[in-house]
Amino acid sequence: MSCSRFLGSVGTIIIKCKDLRIIQLDIPGMEECLNIASSIEALSTLDSVTLMYPFFYRPMFEIVEDGWSAFLPEKEFEVLSSVTDEWRLSYINKDFSICPSYPPVVIVPRSIDDETLQKVAVYRHGGRFPVLSYYHKKNGMVMMRSSQPLTGTNGRRCKEDEKLVNATLRPGKRGYIIDTRSLNAAQQARAKGGGFEQEVYYPQWRRIHRCIERFNILQESLIKLVEACNDQSHNMDRWLSKLEASNWMTYIKEILTAACLAAQCIDREGASVLVHGTEGTDSTLQVTSLAQIILDPDCRTIQGFESLLVREWLQAGHPFQQRCAQSAYSNSKQKFEAPVFLLFLDCVWQILHQFPCSFEFNEHFLVTLFEHAYASQFGTFLGNNENERSKLKLQQKTMSLWSWVNQPEELKNFQNPLFEANSLVIWPSVAPQSLQLWEGVFLRWNRPSRFLDEAEEEMRRIIDYNRFLLDKFF
Amino acid sequence: MEHIRTTKVEHVKLLDRFSTSNKSLAGTLYLTATHLLFIDANQRETWILHHHIAAVEKLPLTTSGCPLVIQCKNFRIVHFVVPRERDCHDIYNSLLQLSKAAKYEDLYAFSYNPKQNESEQVKGWQLIDLAEEYKRMGVPNDYWQLSDANRDYKICETYPRELYVPRTASKPIIVGSSKFRSKGRFPVLSYYHKDKKAAICRCSQPLSGFSARCLEDEHMLQAISKANPSNRYMYVMDTRPKLNAMANRAAGKGYENEDNYSNIRFQFVGIENIHVMRSSLQKLLEVSGTKGLSVNDFLSGLENSGWLRHIKAVLDAAVFLVKAVAVESASVLVHCSDGWDRTSQVCSLGALLLDSYYRTIKGFMVLIEKDWISFGHKFSDRCCQLDGDPKEISPVFTQFLECVWNLTEQFPQAFEYNEAFLLQIHEHVHSCQFGNFLGNCQKEREELKLKEKTYSLWPFLLDEQKKYQNPLYKPSFSPNLTLLEPNTVSFNFKFWRNMYHQFDRSMHPRQSVYDLIMDMSEQNKQLEEDIKQLEAKIKQKRGRSDAVLVKEHQQSAHPAPVMLKTPPFFKKDQPLIPLNDAVLIFAFAQWCLTRLQREVSVPCQLLSALHLLYQLDSDFPLKNILYKLVLYHTSETNITDNIGKRYQFVIV
Repeated sequence: MSCSRFLGSVGTIIIKCKDLRIIQLDIPGMEECLNIASSIEALSTLDSVTLMYPFFYRPMFEIVEDGWSAFLPEKEFEVLSSVTDEWRLSYINKDFSICPSYPPVVIVPRSIDDETLQKVAVYRHGGRFPVLSYYHKKNGMVMMRSSQPLTGTNGRRCKEDEKLVNATLRPGKRGYIIDTRSLNAAQQARAKGGGFEQEVYYPQWRRIHRCIERFNILQESLIKLVEACNDQSHNMDRWLSKLEASNWMTYIKEILTAACLAAQCIDREGASVLVHGTEGTDSTLQVTSLAQIILDPDCRTIQGFESLLVREWLQAGHPFQQRCAQSAYSNSKQKFEAPVFLLFLDCVWQILHQFPCSFEFNEHFLVTLFEHAYASQFGTFLGNNENERSKLKLQQKTMSLWSWVNQPEELKNFQNPLFEANSLVIWPSVAPQSLQLWEGVFLRWNRPSRFLDEAEEEMRRIIDYNRFLLDKFF
Repeated sequence: MEHIRTTKVEHVKLLDRFSTSNKSLAGTLYLTATHLLFIDANQRETWILHHHIAAVEKLPLTTSGCPLVIQCKNFRIVHFVVPRERDCHDIYNSLLQLSKAAKYEDLYAFSYNPKQNESEQVKGWQLIDLAEEYKRMGVPNDYWQLSDANRDYKICETYPRELYVPRTASKPIIVGSSKFRSKGRFPVLSYYHKDKKAAICRCSQPLSGFSARCLEDEHMLQAISKANPSNRYMYVMDTRPKLNAMANRAAGKGYENEDNYSNIRFQFVGIENIHVMRSSLQKLLEVSGTKGLSVNDFLSGLENSGWLRHIKAVLDAAVFLVKAVAVESASVLVHCSDGWDRTSQVCSLGALLLDSYYRTIKGFMVLIEKDWISFGHKFSDRCCQLDGDPKEISPVFTQFLECVWNLTEQFPQAFEYNEAFLLQIHEHVHSCQFGNFLGNCQKEREELKLKEKTYSLWPFLLDEQKKYQNPLYKPSFSPNLTLLEPNTVSFNFKFWRNMYHQFDRSMHPRQSVYDLIMDMSEQNKQLEEDIKQLEAKIKQKRGRSDAVLVKEHQQSAHPAPVMLKTPPFFKKDQPLIPLNDAVLIFAFAQWCLTRLQREVSVPCQLLSALHLLYQLDSDFPLKNILYKLVLYHTSETNITDNIGKRYQFVIV
């Protein structure tokens, strides 16, 4: 986003970037300035995806491991099938005809055949029938995700759906359905053909409603937060009230609380969980992916986190292109824009902040992911789902972000020197006093960080030196 | 002891303050003459000093017993449930009595005995020498001298005996000026900036009313500005809001009229008074103590309390002060009403920003002794050491510490001390365990004979200074007299969780990067030392023939081989063990284990011996054996206790 104004013969272009940086360029000469401004304007608002940078970007590095094939569902499934045989891969969606926002391959209960799935898909919003999201090795409990059931106002039921959902329960055990909408919102959804699982038809399930905000409300929140952070005001009350009015930290708390709830049901209650909201592409994914970070130490490694993003965000059909279009400085109202993914990253950062030794990656990794989700030379975050990505032929025509990130010399920048694998479940505190503003993103360009950076460097030096000395000792 | 009716109550429950499911720990409550002690079923101890108790409250009886809520001055809040109401009532009454001392002699400091002998006690009190400090600043000099005017506290009871004033300020000027100042607190030197030749002076408000003037006071200010050869004018900072200062005029007090004083630049900086600060903190604590608090309630509560606004105002004032000194080379006179609250905050923070000495551990102690203790900040009244007027209580010193904490956050490498140091000082300001902070002024302290009857805090803090050292501290970050220029945009000020929720573990990050770095930094120093010594030893051995070497190394494993001065992983109370191979190996395994758990405690001699063994004979299959041992032991929980028992295992 850019805008220009003039003072005498010097033109000023102010460029507001998606990573929240604001750059001011003073350009002598009106005409040059106007030309540059209009070029920037045109180039930053391209209509066609295929005209974007990833399609022209030629990497200057050698690809050791192709990121496009680094996280195949079949490979992930191999790990699962080594611990349980209750699940199978279904190729029912291989031509994206059953569910346009699902990947070609999904994991479903072995006892459920494709024919049943087909019927369930009709009963679920956008065809997003319940699929496996996470298997908790410790106790064999699972987390499923889907979209809302289409019960409508007359409470339509679907026996196949009940069968599928119940197939994930152990005999005699109950499960939890976590609906990411308030009860009120879920009830209202019935008027539009949506709805929620009714107790009568799902007697073994207890439904819990959590209210996670969506879409434009989140986008407004981001815009307000960024505006508050850009205000170099010396008025403390104004800062605090703006921070409060943005509601950003409230949303962080809500999302983390819902994720903790899901994780608690699985780990502490020993129950299986089904998570959904309306479409199952936003708040649902926030909850399922954060719950995995809490529960599964693998997700806290770099590879594991990448795999989580691929599974739970890219393949699961979070519409990145719609959600991460303009970021916080957009003039025009983008109907589908929402910082759902940024909120997720912020939540991960909150947990990282509370468990600084339990993650293989550092804050820089999360910031980098935020940047690339909004603007990137890599094709990874293009398109809204696997269907679109395959039509765009991203695999052939663009580079994967992972190909670049996973090079040893790049990885170094993303590694947390304090990492010590921790096999435990990590429960974050969601008390407001424990949550912090993510300064690395929101205050990044607004304050001098030299002293903090130097301190960080010194910390690294102490850690490296400690390694060196210990190595020398043994 | 006469206040204690019940000394022990069993089956008491300690509730988790923030748990929504009313989590609790059962245990036994003990009441001693100085402390309240709770030992839970896991044998974890919670000690609460009686003097730390700010309020005790008995809530209405519940089915599980009688709830007793204790709020402490260090922001600990404990919630007990005592099964029998009678016991609860007894404890409640005892605590009410014990937490409020009627006279100084009842305070803990007078009974606290740290097993120091008399000469250590005297030396402890001599650790901080303010005369030495003024010398360090560069006074007395051509412009400033020590005045004996207050040697017998005749001019001002709340000032120290030794005061520095401009050489041109004669005794009549001093006396005249003091009569024109509230409580006789006339302008004196607080800090002298050697390079700029500019001074920070402090005083109380002038008794100017609507039109009164005092020639001596005007001379006094002139003397101060003339004592600065680099700048003709001086600043007078009234740290109060203008409205308050004006209201004071009606009471015959007020502020300097610029027309009457030549070459002064007068400035209000708007820090609120002690009553506003007290109620602000009260509001802050109410918010932060709420169970199941929402983010927006927290943020709006934080805003409504005004606490961060006040912290920012104090720091802004200090920034204004140091700009005048460092940028304009101007001297500044700082005052508020009585010149012992806001004036102390601003003068001490100003000095801290100007002079890197105060960013060292020793320097910070000096700063507190100078601007707070000696200049008569009323610690006793402000911290409610004796049962007194609740309207005199105010968190002025806490705010000072919070400002310093904010600076340490912005300049992580500029301070030799860490947050724990600030918290520990805060703890002891309220604990009344040491004599430093007792009473309201030096005169009172002398009358109490504190130096004979109590101990000074500072040597104890210095003894354990390892705990308070900032591992990231870089002395070269700010060479002598380099100015710190903090950014005071609002978003830099954060809620100080580690102060206000110090005892609410559930709110803190579960792993502390800072602690880890501190451990590593400490370990690095000791490893360096050990490696140096070992290398020397090896070099020495390599000098001999191989045949001898083998023999040497066999021997070296038996008697204590290399004695090191600083055993890195050595707990003081751990006895030395007779050495042999098995124990060595075990000890090593143990060390590895503890390292994995990030706790270190193993006799270093053993480790070094082993290391030497390995260095001399690299075929020694040490690593493999040890790796297995470590694996075996990780499944055990507590192996540090029983060296003897495990020893059997190792031999097998």
